[in-house]
Amino acid sequence: MTDKLSVPVTGLLTGGASVTPVMADRVVAAFLTNYRRTWRASIFSSVLAPLLGLVALGMSLGKVVDAGPGAHAFGTVDGRPVTYLVFLAPALLANTAMQTALGESMYPVMQAMKWQRQYHAAIASPLSALDIYLGHVTFVTLRILMNSTVFFGVMALFGAVHAAGPAGIGPLLALPAAVLTGVAFCAPTIGWAITQERDTGFSLVFRFVMIPLFLFSGTFFPVSQLPAVIQPLAYATPLWHGVDLCRGLALGTATAGSVAGHVAYLSALVAAGVWYGRRTYRRRLNP
Amino acid sequence: MAQITSPELPPAVETALIKAAGLRKVFPPTRRGGDAFTAVDGIDFEVRRGEVFGFLGPNGAGKSSTMRMIGCVSPVSAGELTILGMDPRVDSSRIKARLGVVPQEDSLDLELRVRENLLIYGRYFGLKRAEIAARTAELLDFVQLADRAESTVEPLSGGMKRRLTIARSLINSPEILILDEPTTGLDPQARHVVWDRLFRLKQAGTTLVLTTHYMDEAEQLCDRLVVMDHGRIAAEGSPRDLIERYSTREVLEIRFAPGSGEQEAAVAKAEGLVHSGERGSIERIEELPDRILLYGADGEAALAAVHGSGITPLASLVRRSSLEDVFLHLTGRTLVD
Repeated sequence: MTDKLSVPVTGLLTGGASVTPVMADRVVAAFLTNYRRTWRASIFSSVLAPLLGLVALGMSLGKVVDAGPGAHAFGTVDGRPVTYLVFLAPALLANTAMQTALGESMYPVMQAMKWQRQYHAAIASPLSALDIYLGHVTFVTLRILMNSTVFFGVMALFGAVHAAGPAGIGPLLALPAAVLTGVAFCAPTIGWAITQERDTGFSLVFRFVMIPLFLFSGTFFPVSQLPAVIQPLAYATPLWHGVDLCRGLALGTATAGSVAGHVAYLSALVAAGVWYGRRTYRRRLNP
Repeated sequence: MAQITSPELPPAVETALIKAAGLRKVFPPTRRGGDAFTAVDGIDFEVRRGEVFGFLGPNGAGKSSTMRMIGCVSPVSAGELTILGMDPRVDSSRIKARLGVVPQEDSLDLELRVRENLLIYGRYFGLKRAEIAARTAELLDFVQLADRAESTVEPLSGGMKRRLTIARSLINSPEILILDEPTTGLDPQARHVVWDRLFRLKQAGTTLVLTTHYMDEAEQLCDRLVVMDHGRIAAEGSPRDLIERYSTREVLEIRFAPGSGEQEAAVAKAEGLVHSGERGSIERIEELPDRILLYGADGEAALAAVHGSGITPLASLVRRSSLEDVFLHLTGRTLVD
């Protein structure tokens, strides 16, 4: 095998069975071949929508906020108050990652499992259920990276990256932080999506998980503005950790402790997701 | 006598490519307190190199579960299963690398082109692009889809999709091709094209394992087959063997006007012809909802005897016994959902 990504893994992932190389890259290649045909359609939802949010809320609403009594609610960097645009942009970056992750982790799984059954074709080849799971997660990670990179680039054009942080690579780390946030959503969601017999649960996730997270996880205002009873709930959500991490890095206000805490939380979610996805994929594809 | 080892003599493992002994598949209960479901209940069989081996049976007989275990997709619950000399519990990936699978339901990438479907599948097997391109040209030629290489899969007909699935299953030049109901849902022309291609594969030395509930398909293609029912093997042999063993040479079918009560009366009268020892003697009678089947060596003589005993059917048909008669005899006539 000459595949670059083929690496041997230990019994930890294969569940104690014989050590086999991970061939997830072959699944990624299949998804990319498919994506080459559909990428145009995905541009609006994944890139344009968050950009419009940045323009509408960051620029327009931001002008009103910055001129009003709330102007100093977003902290200071280098002694100057942080503008609303600069406060909002890194949070929208984390949201872009989350929305891309959720969008690519539910219907496409059902499509491959039930509607077009590509997973069944894949499991008949030398690939294992774990290869297929990791392949899907890797492909979604690439999609998160793509969308976050575009968004990050536009943030820079708006002056929301350079203007904020101190010189150095700090602000640039907001990009991998966003990707980590996205993976923390996609790893468990993909594992859950394959257990679903119908797609009804997916719209519930968008309505009752994604939208509330979008609104209440510190994207548009500091969580400290929420009623005290709800605050702990907001601090517990993965999106708040992603938002706070991205914002802290972009503004240069992050401390080593806060970065470590957020990264540990999000990484634990990824690890739990992989553990769960490995089980659900095997149960469904090797019945 | 001195033992001579001939270089042409294949090693023992080569004669039986697939070997199952006491093979079982039990699905755990789907909900708490439910019952476990035994899909395959201890079966033994051997598939030899170069033959076409069939699994026949009604829906729910355990054919597909058996095929999924052979395909190393579904874990074996109990018993022994050896494929290409390897144990699927240990070497599933290595076994799968040498198998081709044509599933019951299509699993193609509908939005992609025909050629891209083969490319993706070849990549699953770790084949190099150049190798896949060469194989693709060859295989699309073989399944008569060469002029469709750049078409999107979605609008293709059912027969074309099936042929593409067969081409895809051959991308890794498999030693064993597993086909789960390969012609279900195809029109007669499309079925004959598929049969012709499968026959060519057999001629070229590929071992085929297939399930079907089309008796004509089994008679056309299979060298040997097993009839499965309720997770067990009810009979095993070549189509001709099975017909000889479980049926008579000819069958007389007689029909009556539905709802007239004539059929019941005719069955009673026909009982007298069973083992009558005279010309037109029959072996046994099967009553179907719409007709009576009389099994005997000479169908025309049986028809004369039927007329002689005062039965006047609305229509009659004398035919050779087929695998379908064996199948119905062994698996019963109750409708299986």
